[in-house]
Amino acid sequence: MIRILRQIFRTGIVTEPLPPAEEEIRVIGGKLEEAIKRRFRGSLTIREVDAGSCNGCELEIHAINNPIYNCERFGIHFTASPRFADMLLVTGPVSRNMEIALRRTYNATPPPKLVVAVGDCGCNGGIFGESYASLGGIDKVIPVDVYIPGCPTTPAALLKGILKAVDGNL
Amino acid sequence: MLKEAIDNVLGTAAAYTERQFPQSVVSCTVPRERFVDAAKAMKRAYALLAAEWATDETPFGGGFAVYACYRWGSEYLIVRTEVPVDDPTFPSLTKKYVPAYRFERQIHSLMGLVPAGHPDLRPWIKFEDWPEDSWPLRKTFNASTPLPRVNGEYQWVRAEGEGVYEIPVGPVHAGIIEPGHFRFQAVGEMIVNLEERLGYVHKGIEKRFESFSWQEGVKLAGRVSGDTTVAHSIAYSMAVEAIAQCNIPERAHWLRTLFLERERIANHLGDIGAICNDAAFAFMLYQAMRLKEMLLRTNLELFGHRFIMDRVMPGGVTADIDENGKKEILKELDLLSKDFERLVNIYDENSSLEDRVRDTGILIPERARELCTVGIVARASGLNLDCRLQNPFPPYDRFEVNVPVLISGDVHARAWVRVEEIRESIRIIRFILENIPDGSLSVNIAQPSPDTSGFAAVEGWRGEIIYWVQAGPRGEINRCMVRDPSSVNWLGLEQAIPGNIVPDFPLCNKSFNQSYSGHDL
Ligand code: SF4
Repeated sequence: MIRILRQIFRTGIVTEPLPPAEEEIRVIGGKLEEAIKRRFRGSLTIREVDAGSCNGCELEIHAINNPIYNCERFGIHFTASPRFADMLLVTGPVSRNMEIALRRTYNATPPPKLVVAVGDCGCNGGIFGESYASLGGIDKVIPVDVYIPGCPTTPAALLKGILKAVDGNL
Repeated sequence: MLKEAIDNVLGTAAAYTERQFPQSVVSCTVPRERFVDAAKAMKRAYALLAAEWATDETPFGGGFAVYACYRWGSEYLIVRTEVPVDDPTFPSLTKKYVPAYRFERQIHSLMGLVPAGHPDLRPWIKFEDWPEDSWPLRKTFNASTPLPRVNGEYQWVRAEGEGVYEIPVGPVHAGIIEPGHFRFQAVGEMIVNLEERLGYVHKGIEKRFESFSWQEGVKLAGRVSGDTTVAHSIAYSMAVEAIAQCNIPERAHWLRTLFLERERIANHLGDIGAICNDAAFAFMLYQAMRLKEMLLRTNLELFGHRFIMDRVMPGGVTADIDENGKKEILKELDLLSKDFERLVNIYDENSSLEDRVRDTGILIPERARELCTVGIVARASGLNLDCRLQNPFPPYDRFEVNVPVLISGDVHARAWVRVEEIRESIRIIRFILENIPDGSLSVNIAQPSPDTSGFAAVEGWRGEIIYWVQAGPRGEINRCMVRDPSSVNWLGLEQAIPGNIVPDFPLCNKSFNQSYSGHDL
C-alpha cells in the first residue's frame, strides 16, 4: 500500500503538462466544459461504437480517457448502454456485418442522438472504401452531425470534434 | 526435417516448386487424396499447423488450390493441393489438426470449397444473411457490388439441463472495444461453455488487396489491425521483398526492429494496465496509460506518427533517426524502466490482485499446443515460440533474444510474459540505438514474376503474423493471405473459459486481448 501511495505522490498530477503545443487542448477543454455545462448540465455521456474499424481509432479514444487528456474533467463520460447516451462516437467503415447492430444502437439512443463519425474510415470508408463487405462512411447508415478525419484521428482532434457537436459553432 | 518427413511418407508424390520465396520455405504440391497423409506426416514430426488457406488459380488456367503451412522450430513447409472447379472439395485436416476447424470453415465460407469430413460447416465470418453462393475470394465474384440480405439463422451450440442458462453478449460491448459476440452457457456463476462468433468487422481486406498494387498494399496491411500496424506492414513488406527477390539495406531492418519493439512495449503496457483494471485495480491502468502516452508522443515527435503507421514499405522504411532522436529515446527509456519496475513491484506485492489473476482462465500447455496457439498466449502456456528467435531478421540475429516462457497458462502468466517482454524490448532498443549501422533507408522493388509466391513470418506483439502473397499472370497481386495471431489464439480463449465464473470473463479476455479486426479481415 505504501508503495502505491508513494507512486501516486511521485507521479503527481500528470494531466496537462502543457508544453506550448498542448495549450490547444486546454483551450478546447475549457470551451468544451463550458458548452457541456450549458447544454448537458455539466455531463455529456458518450457511447462508443466500433462499426468496423481496424481498432486504430479505438486506441485514440482510449487515449482521451488517459490521465494526460483526462476528458472526464470536462464532463465527458463513456457509458456502456446507448440508452443513457447523448452522443454516439462511431468509428470504422460500416461493415456489412455491423450495419444492423449500428442501426439498433442508434435506435436505442434517446434524443438529441448526436452522432460523431471518427477517422477517415468513419468519414468516407477510408482505405476500405465501399465493397461487398464495407458500406463506406457512417452516414451511409445513420445521420452524422460531425466528421473527424484522420487515420487515426488524434486525441486533440477528437476533443475538438466533440466540442463542435456539442456547441455547433466552432 | 519437415521435408524429410514428407518425403518418407509421400516419396515422389510430392512435387517441389522453385517458385516459392524465400526458398528456405519449402513448398510442394501433393495429390488431393494424399493431402491428409501429408498432414499425418507433419503431425508425426511434431509440426504445428500455422495456417491453411485457399486460392483461386483460374487466372493461370487452373482451378482452385488449398494450402496448409506447417511449422516446426525454425522451419516452415507449405503443402499445396489442387482442387478442380467442377468438384470443389478437399479432404479436411480437422482430424489431425484442431485449428484447421476454423481455417476450413473460413475457406468454405469465403472460397466455396467443401472440406470433406469437417464436423461443422456453419458459415464463419460470412453471416447467415449472405446469399449462400457468394464466395468473395473467387475471381468470378464482383467485390464492388453490395450483397443482398437473405433470411437465415445461425445454429448456436446449446447446453441443456436443469439450471443451465444462457448469456448472450455483444456484438456491441460495454467498453470501448471491438465488436464480437460471445454466448455463455452457465450454471449458477460457473461457465460450462463459451461459443464465440466473430466476423462483425469483416471488411473484405484479403479481396481488397487484389485490387491494389504491391506498393499500395502496405497501407492496407498497416490497417489490418491498427494496434499492430508496424508488425503487419513489416510482415507484408517482407513477403513482397521475398517474392520480388530483393534485399533491403541493413539500416532499414534495424529501424523496422526499433519500430516493432516500440509497438510491443506500448501495447504490452496498455494490456497490463487493462488486465489490472479488470481486476478492479484502476491505479495500474492510469499509471500504465501514462507511460504508454509518453511513448506515443515520442513516436509522433521522432517518426511523425503516434503509432508509426505507414513508415514501413516494401523496400525499406520512410522514417529515420538522428543523434538527437537517439538521445531522446534513451532518456525516455530511462524514465520508463524506472517507473515500470516500480509498478511491477506493486503488481507483485498486491495480494488481492494476485487472488484474481492466478489460476484464472487457464489454458493448459497440452491444449495450447493442440490448438497451435502463438505468441504471448503460447508462451504463457509453455510453448517456446518466437519468430525473433526462430526466424530472425537483422538485428535479431546479432544477439540472444530472451523469450519468457511460463507454464501456468493463467491470466497471471499472460500478464507476466508481457512484463518480461517489455524489459527485453527496452534492452533491444538500447542495443539498436548503440549499434545501428549507417546506410540508406530503402531500395526500389522490382515487379514480381508471374506465378511466384512469397512468404514472411514476423513476431508482432501478439505473436507470429504470417503473410503469403502470390503474383498473378501479369505479376500483379493474385492473392494475399493474412494470418494474424488472433486467427488461432481466439480458439485458445474459448478453451480457457469453461470452469471459470462469469465475472472473470472480462479479465480472461483482456489477458488474451486478441484482435477482432485482424481475425475478421
Ligand atoms: S481511420 Fe485509420 S485508424 Fe481509424 S479505423 Fe480507419 S484505418 Fe483504422
